[in-house]
Amino acid sequence: MGIANIYRITGTALNSHSKQLDLIAKNMANSQVISGSEATAYRALRPIFTPILDATMQGDEVMGVQVEALGVSTAQIEKQRMPEHPLADGNGYVYLANVNMVEEMTNMIQASRAYQSNVEVMNTSKDLMLRTLTLGQ
Amino acid sequence: MSLLDTAFGVSPLTLRYRSERSAQLAANIANAATPGYLAKDYDFDSALRHAIAGSESTLHSEHPHHIPVQGQGEFGDTLYRVPTKAVSNGNTVEEEIEQAAFSENALRYQSSLQFLNGSIRSLRLAIKGE
Repeated sequence: MGIANIYRITGTALNSHSKQLDLIAKNMANSQVISGSEATAYRALRPIFTPILDATMQGDEVMGVQVEALGVSTAQIEKQRMPEHPLADGNGYVYLANVNMVEEMTNMIQASRAYQSNVEVMNTSKDLMLRTLTLGQ
Repeated sequence: MSLLDTAFGVSPLTLRYRSERSAQLAANIANAATPGYLAKDYDFDSALRHAIAGSESTLHSEHPHHIPVQGQGEFGDTLYRVPTKAVSNGNTVEEEIEQAAFSENALRYQSSLQFLNGSIRSLRLAIKGE
């Protein structure tokens, strides 16, 4: 490990958080999607972060973060009575997406802040490396 | 040990320690949202003890298939950080603390560079005699 590895570590973090922002955009875009059954209703997607481990002499070293899988929100699917809707089921119900706008917004702020701090780490490391390159001049 | 190895004092070792530590802190910041991730950091005291003890206290392996001693890095152990607040997903990264530690570490890296530059200047002066 060392400063040269920071680009790899922070790069994976930037990638993971931009994936998270992607998912949030997808959730918000689909927040008004109406569906004909509970099974097909849109469920909010969530990234599942796991650390990237690299086995070394000293045990496992963390080499970044990855979105290992996508999970779906288990929040309850709301149904609404809309008998005139073309997608309504036999009882006249349609099923709404379980996207909570407030939750998505807070997740978005958190993701963009995490992205920013990783960019900051990258910038600082770049400065340090540039200064090291000019050592003794 | 050649003359040049000792001419720069502890600065090269400090630089290596600072660079290792910055990577560890970057890994913490990268995993600020990972559930169950436990933040780790180097312990300066144990790194210093390791540096003073030198290579005598560490075990050398003579064969690539020897089982390495766990948790005995060049700069001592990395220790788990004790969080100041509890989070429901078990993550112990506290963004502010990691950021503060990272910038402190960067500053100390720069001061080591400064010291090294000073030593190099002195050596140059001695060589040229101007």
